Amino acid sequence: MAGYAFLLILLLSIVGYYVGRSAGNRFVTAQGRDVHSLPGYHGAFVAVWIGVPAFILVLLWLLLQGPVIDAMLLSSLPAGYVDSDTGSRAALVLSEIKNVAAGRLFGEPSDEVRHAADLYNRWEAIARWAMLVSALAAMIVALVIARAKLGPRFRARNNFEFVVSALMIFCSLVAIATTVGIIASLVFEAWAFFKHVPINEFLFGLRWEPQIALRADQVAGKGAFGAIPVFTGTLLIAFIAMLVATPIGIFTAIYLVEYASDRVRATVKPIMEILAGIPTVVYGFFAVLIVAPAVRDTGSVLGIAVSPNSALAAGAVMGIMIIPFISSLSDDALKAVPRTMSDGSLALGATRAETMTKVMLPAAIPGIMGGVLLAMSRAIGETMIVVMAAGLIASLTLNPIDSVTTVTVQIVTLLVGDTEFDSPKTLAAFALGLVLFVVTLCLNIIALRIVQKYREQYE
Amino acid sequence: MSTADMTLPAKFDWSSEAATARRKRRHRADRRLRRLGIGAIVIAIGLLSILITSLAATGYRAFVQTMVTVPVYIDPQFVKEDDPAKGNYRAIVKGTLASLFPDVTSPGEQRALGQLLTNNTQFFIRDRVVADPSIIGKTIEMTVPVSDPFDQLEKGVLSRSLPENQRKINDMQIGWFDALAAEGRISTPFNWGLFFNSDSRFPELAGLAGAIVGSLYALLVCFLISFPVGIAAAVYLEEFAPKNKWTDLIEVNINNLAAVPSIVFGLLGLAVFLNFFGLPRSAPLVGGMVLSLMTLPTIIIVTRASLKAVPPSIREGALGMGASRHQVIAHHVLPLALPGILTGTIIGLAQALGETAPLLLIGMNAFITSPPGGLMDASTALPTQIFIWADSPERGFVDRTSAAILVLLGFLILMNITAIFLRQRLERTW
Repeated sequence: MAGYAFLLILLLSIVGYYVGRSAGNRFVTAQGRDVHSLPGYHGAFVAVWIGVPAFILVLLWLLLQGPVIDAMLLSSLPAGYVDSDTGSRAALVLSEIKNVAAGRLFGEPSDEVRHAADLYNRWEAIARWAMLVSALAAMIVALVIARAKLGPRFRARNNFEFVVSALMIFCSLVAIATTVGIIASLVFEAWAFFKHVPINEFLFGLRWEPQIALRADQVAGKGAFGAIPVFTGTLLIAFIAMLVATPIGIFTAIYLVEYASDRVRATVKPIMEILAGIPTVVYGFFAVLIVAPAVRDTGSVLGIAVSPNSALAAGAVMGIMIIPFISSLSDDALKAVPRTMSDGSLALGATRAETMTKVMLPAAIPGIMGGVLLAMSRAIGETMIVVMAAGLIASLTLNPIDSVTTVTVQIVTLLVGDTEFDSPKTLAAFALGLVLFVVTLCLNIIALRIVQKYREQYE
Repeated sequence: MSTADMTLPAKFDWSSEAATARRKRRHRADRRLRRLGIGAIVIAIGLLSILITSLAATGYRAFVQTMVTVPVYIDPQFVKEDDPAKGNYRAIVKGTLASLFPDVTSPGEQRALGQLLTNNTQFFIRDRVVADPSIIGKTIEMTVPVSDPFDQLEKGVLSRSLPENQRKINDMQIGWFDALAAEGRISTPFNWGLFFNSDSRFPELAGLAGAIVGSLYALLVCFLISFPVGIAAAVYLEEFAPKNKWTDLIEVNINNLAAVPSIVFGLLGLAVFLNFFGLPRSAPLVGGMVLSLMTLPTIIIVTRASLKAVPPSIREGALGMGASRHQVIAHHVLPLALPGILTGTIIGLAQALGETAPLLLIGMNAFITSPPGGLMDASTALPTQIFIWADSPERGFVDRTSAAILVLLGFLILMNITAIFLRQRLERTW
């Protein structure tokens, strides 16, 4: 139905365009050069007035139809049928009603549900037709109004361009809306979580056992949602990743800027881009298939018992993923150092190494630091490698060959396959997400600041 | 100090032992740095080649499939001509195996023999009979996949030298398999099923069709949203926006959004699209919407860069001819910036294609055995399919996972080549 609605909007907009353009043509034949706008603009004016409001109407309708019908269904049920104060009972009843309405019967539904299912089907049909009819009505009204406005002196172009500008501003606001949406959803769900678990217990507690709270006969969640082990695990893995990536990335950049011939540059750079373009799920599989067994075998040769999901394996692979990131940002930072500085150093008889360590690196260090911070934020927020290669049990350890868990792993394991949104278990994922968002945001802002400030220095 | 006290510095002896040693030390340091640089590059390239070769080494096996050709007697006793969809096809499979190995009689051995063929053999026969009921009562030659352990045996992954109790199939079953091979009934053709089958619990039948279709749908939605919105936002910010607090805020926001962890977008999709607006779980529509929010900053940043690259003379020329600012953008600047925009869009879509974490949170990792019929149907995507298979314990899924990764990388390379081709073909220098 939605497809037909959009098709209808498209068709009527095209019709409107031709109506407007032929009107414009008539003005031109009647008045010649005195017409303000080209005929095409008269057409475009009518088309946007028909299309845009109807499009927005249908979109809003589609988004709001579900929640509105749900609310109406719940209120139509006899009082006391949904009496629990949590949302889960309501959600359960709603999904039962919808299953019955779609003809999927599991067991014998109650009379209330049967009745509600009939209502649901009727309302759905009404809503669909009402959407089509109201969109059509809106478009016809728009066509009439827009056509009436046209005239030889009508500023169709300016009006059309005004609408286009408004649309463009709206599109720019999508970025803000996304950020607001992220913050709102995280804060809202995290707020619900902090009603179950006090915030300082979450931030400073030393035990993370989210599964315990699932059982109704236990005291809900007390003490099991301390996120410190999860944070240490995240930092441990990110630290290992940085330990792998930073030297390799920076030395690669140094070689490429100072020593490499053009041919070497031309071959190494694309290879680094390949490393950067590999999806993270591939790195995750690589960690599980090759690196983790290799780490374990090395450990057993040395007589050390390495856990199958060691932080070392996950961190090392994450480090590989981050190498191109650090190398390209360091490369940029080193290249931004004016040539005159390195030329002067070389002219005084310094070797290339001395020029690099005494002149270029000190000048480029803020930019490199910014790159390292950005990479760090990426390592903290990285999901797939750790979901596949890191462990699930939150243990408070700094031992790299132990199994640790990370924020992103916990978010995925808490949410995958779960649809309820009122248990502390699923809500905890949003609290973790909030922490993740805030931490990476701070790192990004600091890093972007450093990089920008540094770039301005020589300009 | 008076000038009389000043003495000329002694002439420095460059060839003295101390100076030579010093010079040598300095050059050693120089060589050391150079070697460290080369070492770093070699490590990076080495790791990449280990990654690619290990994937290729495990993945290539999944591109062929061991098949066995067996004579199937469609016994009219088990299938009735008036209703071929219903019939005792298990008995037909059993009869087929019994005709091949008449001396296998004990029920335990017969069951062991039955493990040779893929579990779905009976459904293949049923489909054949439904398509052509005239074969009832005849014996037809059918080629069906062997089950996973035998596939691994044929490919040499499962070693015959392993003690019998450590492998899934016993010596007797290997003997039957070898007997079939000796009769020339075993073949290993190219595995089209990898591309045309959907997901399955049985590795020998699992394919990527559902994941590829799901990924294409999600990418289509992502493109339809992020391309127009991204270009419009970039044009506004670059060409029309006044420089003030609000546009600064939008700009900082876009840069930050580009660096937000992808899983946070998954949380957004879960809370807003699924929970608040009640859109269906696992649907490519929701996946595409989440991916488009992630791709949007990339497209905006790239588009702004390519708009900036169009020289001001073009704009001034058009403005001088009396065009409005909108006309300048629409008729002159945008067409000239389009190659750069398209390249950036393809690269952004390539990133979206490989993105996994947000799709996991909105449920695109469900087990789904048929390709989605529309944007609202439950489906998987290529990266989530890789994630599902990587979790499966059967040996056959390791090969499939690598093969699926190779397919995904193939798509990514294809997209990147297109981007490079577009850039070379259309880009102009001013």
